[in-house]
Amino acid sequence: MNKPIRRLSVALLLLFTALLLNATYVQVVEAGSLNARSDNRRVLLDEYGRQRGPILVSDNSRVAFSRKTDDQLDYLRRYPEAARYAHTTGYYSFLYGRTGVESTQNDVLSGTGPRFFVRSIVDLLTGKAPQGGSVVLTLDPRAQRAAYDALGDRKGAVVAIDPSTGAILAMVSKPSYDPNKLASHSVAEQTAYWKRLNADPGKPLLDRATSELYPPGSVFKLVTASAALESGRYTADTVVPGPARLDLPQTTFDLTNENGGACGSGGRTTVANALRISCNTAFGGIGLDLGAAALRAQAEKFGIDDVPFGDLPAAISRFPEDPDAPQTALSAIGQFDVRVTPLQMAMVTAAIANRGVLMAPYVVDELRTPDLDVLSRHEPQEVSQAVSAETAATLTSMMVDVVRNGTGTNAAIPGIAVAGKTGTAQSDPSRPPYAWFTSFAPADQPRVAVTVLIEDAGVARSEVSGNALAAPVARAVMEAVLGQ
Amino acid sequence: MSAATTTPPSPPTAGPARSARRGTELGLLVLALVISVGAYAAVGLGAQGALPPGTLRYGLGLAGLALAAHVVVSLRAPYADPILLPAITLLNGIGLALIHRLDVAYAVRAAEAGRAAPDPHAPEQLTWTLIGVGLFVAVLLVVRDHRRLQRWTYTAGLVGIGLLLLPLLPGLGVEVNGARIWIRAFGLSFQPGEAAKIVLIVAFAGYLVRTREQLALAGRRFAGLDLPRGRDLGPLLSMWAISLGLLVFQRDLGTSLLFFGVFVVLLYVATERPSWLVVGGGLFLVGAWAAAQVFSHVQHRVDAWLAPFADPDANYQIIQALYGLAYGGILGRGLGQGRPDLVPYANSDFIMAALGEELGLTGVMAVLLVYGVIVERGLRTALLAKDPFGKLLAAGLATSLALQVFVVVGGVTKLIPLTGLTTPFLSLGGSSLVMNWVLIALLLRVSDAARRPAPAPAPPTADALTQVVRR
Repeated sequence: MNKPIRRLSVALLLLFTALLLNATYVQVVEAGSLNARSDNRRVLLDEYGRQRGPILVSDNSRVAFSRKTDDQLDYLRRYPEAARYAHTTGYYSFLYGRTGVESTQNDVLSGTGPRFFVRSIVDLLTGKAPQGGSVVLTLDPRAQRAAYDALGDRKGAVVAIDPSTGAILAMVSKPSYDPNKLASHSVAEQTAYWKRLNADPGKPLLDRATSELYPPGSVFKLVTASAALESGRYTADTVVPGPARLDLPQTTFDLTNENGGACGSGGRTTVANALRISCNTAFGGIGLDLGAAALRAQAEKFGIDDVPFGDLPAAISRFPEDPDAPQTALSAIGQFDVRVTPLQMAMVTAAIANRGVLMAPYVVDELRTPDLDVLSRHEPQEVSQAVSAETAATLTSMMVDVVRNGTGTNAAIPGIAVAGKTGTAQSDPSRPPYAWFTSFAPADQPRVAVTVLIEDAGVARSEVSGNALAAPVARAVMEAVLGQ
Repeated sequence: MSAATTTPPSPPTAGPARSARRGTELGLLVLALVISVGAYAAVGLGAQGALPPGTLRYGLGLAGLALAAHVVVSLRAPYADPILLPAITLLNGIGLALIHRLDVAYAVRAAEAGRAAPDPHAPEQLTWTLIGVGLFVAVLLVVRDHRRLQRWTYTAGLVGIGLLLLPLLPGLGVEVNGARIWIRAFGLSFQPGEAAKIVLIVAFAGYLVRTREQLALAGRRFAGLDLPRGRDLGPLLSMWAISLGLLVFQRDLGTSLLFFGVFVVLLYVATERPSWLVVGGGLFLVGAWAAAQVFSHVQHRVDAWLAPFADPDANYQIIQALYGLAYGGILGRGLGQGRPDLVPYANSDFIMAALGEELGLTGVMAVLLVYGVIVERGLRTALLAKDPFGKLLAAGLATSLALQVFVVVGGVTKLIPLTGLTTPFLSLGGSSLVMNWVLIALLLRVSDAARRPAPAPAPPTADALTQVVRR
C-alpha cells in the first residue's frame, strides 16, 4: 500500500501548494484592488483612525480639519466655514463617501498615497501615529466671501480666476450645504441631512460652477467675436448687417434682437458696437459667414470639448456636432446646443485677459507633509494661445466699452477699467432665463477674471438680465480681489 | 518483514532513540508554548496597550495541559512521532489567541454601542482544550494497540452513521445558519459529525482491510484502466448515497465532501487501483453537478465563488473575508490592530480571514505549513505502519485533516466554493477541537507502534488477520 500512500502525499502536497499560491494571490496581487473598493469599510475605518490633514486656503486659514474625539471613529472632520467652501472641499462622510478635494486629494489628506510610503514605514518603526498631509487651495477668502455673500439666496455659481496663472480665486455654487452635518459621527444626523439634501429641488449637492452645463447665451459672443477677429476678415470697425430680423436659411424662423429693433441706423453696425449692445442678428450673421468649423475651432482653443482641469470633477463644455446653417447662427449667439460650465466661461474670459493665452485653471496650490514640508506645488501651465495678443487687445477694448456704455454698466468700478459681457439665455420656456455676466479687471493689467451665472433669482422674466442680476455680483468679487 | 527480526531490542539502543524523540518533542513544545502565549500577550498589547489580565494564568494553564499530554505520550507511546503534539499545541494556542482577539473586538464594539459585552469565548475554548487534552490522554491510555479497533469495524460503522443522523432527530437536533448538524442536550451543543468523522475512518479502514483483496480484482479494461467489477461498486455507491443524504437533509456541503473524499482515497490506497479514483471522482462530479442544479444553497455558494461582487449583500461573508485578507497584506496589521470583527463568524468558520488580516500572508503560510507538516507526519506514519489497518487508519486520518484544511481555507480564500467546515484546532467550537485532539492521539498510537524498534508483541486476539503484518 506504500505506492498509493506516496502518490497520495504528492497529491495532498499539490493541494497545499494551491492554497499557498491562492493566498499569495489574494493578499498580494489582488490586495490593491480589494483595498480600493468603495464598500471596503476597513480602509475607511483605518482612515478615520488617523488624523486627516487639513485643507487650507490662500491665507493659510483652515477650511477643513480633523479633531480628536472619544467615539469609535477617532477623528471628526470639521468645516469651520460651513457651507462657504462646501463644493470645493467636498464632504467626508462615513456613510456617503467623499467628494471634492476630500476625494481627489484623499491620498495626501489621509497620508496613504505612494508619496507617504517611506514615511509610514518610519512611523511604523518609531511607533508614531500616522498623520495625513495638508492641501492648500488657491481660493482667496476675501473673494470667496464676496462671491458667497453677493450671490445670496439665489441659485447660481461664481468662478473667479487669476488670468495670468489660472489659479481659481473664488468658486461658489448656490444653494450650498453644510458638510459638517455629513461628516457627523451620528448616523441619524448624517442620514436625515442626506435625505433632506437629496429631496431639495434646488439640488444643493450639485456643484454648479464645474459640473452643470448651461446654455451660455450672449456671453458666447466673445467666442464668436474671437473667431471673427482671428479670421482676419473682421476688425472691430468692420461694418456688418444688424437687422431687426435675420432670416435663417432653410427655416421659416427669424432671429431677432432682445429689444426687437435693429442694431444701428439702417440695420448696419460695427462689430464693436454689436458686442456693446449684444446684437443677436449681427453675431448670427457673422456666425453664418464664418461657418460652424471656424466657431468650433475657436471654442476648442478656449478649452471647450476638453476641460484642462483635474482638481475637481468637471463637466465638459460642448459645441454642437455638425450644426446646419440656422443652427450655426443660433450657436454663434450661444443658443441651440452650446453648453458650458461657469468655469468654462471664466476660462474664456481669463484667456482674453491674459493676452490670449489660456492658462490651465487649478484650485489645488500646494500639497504639504504633516511637518509642513512642501510635497509639491502647482506650476502654472499654458494650455493654448486661444487668440493672438492683438485680438485679445481688441476684444478687451470692446468689452470695456460694454461696461462703460453698453449692456454691462452695473459692473463698473470707479477708477478702474472693467471689461465685461452680459448674457441672458433662454433654454426652456417653462424656466426663467439664465443671467450671465463675465468680466475681468483692471482691463490694462488684469488680476481677476470672474464669471457669474444666476440660474434662478426668483424675479419676473422681464427683469432677468445679466446686467441687473449677475453684474453686481461680479463687481463685488472683483472689488474684493482688487482690495477696493 | 520486521516480524522476522530475532534479536530482541536492547535497552541501550531503544533508550536514546526514545528519549531523544521525546526530548525533541519537549523542545518543540516549549517553542510552541512561547509562540502561543506570546501571541496571546500581543493581542492585549496591540489592542489595549497592556498585557491582557490573566496572561500568566493562561500561560501556565496551557503549558500544564501541553506538558501533561507530553508526559502521557512519553509513558504510553514513547516511540511516537515527536512533531505532532507540538504542532497541534501551536495551532491550538494560536487559535486561542485569535479567539481572545475577537473577544476583545466584540467587547469594544458592544461598549461603543452601549450594550453589555458578550460572553468571551476564549475561556470556553480553553475549557474545550482541557477536555480535548483529557480525551487525548484517555485515548492513549485506553487504546493500547490500534489494531484492537479493527474488531469494532461494523459497530463503528453503525455508530458513525447513527451520529450523523442524530441532528435529524426532532427535539435533539437544531438548525444553525441553515445547516442541521448540531445537537443540543443538557445545555450543551455538539456537532456529532466531528466524532462521526473519526469513527467512520476507523470503520472504513477496518472494512477495507477485510475486503481489499476482492475490491482489487479487475473488471473490464477501459482506456488503459482496470475498472472495478460492477458487483464491487456497492460500498462506494452506498457511501455516495450517504454523502448526498448529508447534503440534502443536513445541508452540510463540507462534511459530505469530506467523507466521500476520504472514502475514495482509502479505497485507492487499500486496493492500489487508480480506477477507484476515476470512478469516485466521476460520482463526485455527477453529485456536485446535480446538487448545484437542484439545491439553491449549493447554487448560491457556486455563484458567490464565481462572482462575489455581483451581489455584495448576499455574499457579504466571503467579501468581508477577502477584504480582511487583502488588508493584512504580506506582513499583516499586527495582532490587535486590524478589524477582524468585520468578518461574520470570524472566530469559527472564518478564522483564517482573521489570521490573514492580523498576521498577514506570513502568518497564513506559517499555519498552512504547520498543517502540511502534520499531514506529512501522518502519511509518514502510514508508510511506516507495519499492519494494513494501521496504514489505512493513519492515511485516512491524515487525509481527512488535509481535505478539511483544503476545503475550509480554500473556501475562505475563494480558491473553491465556500463550505461550512471548521478549521482544525484554530476555530472556536468544542466538538471540532476535542475530536481533532482524539484524531492526533490515534495517529500517535499508530506511529508509536510503527516506530517501535522491536516487533510489538502481538496481543493474543482471536482475530488472526491482525497478525499478518505487511509492508
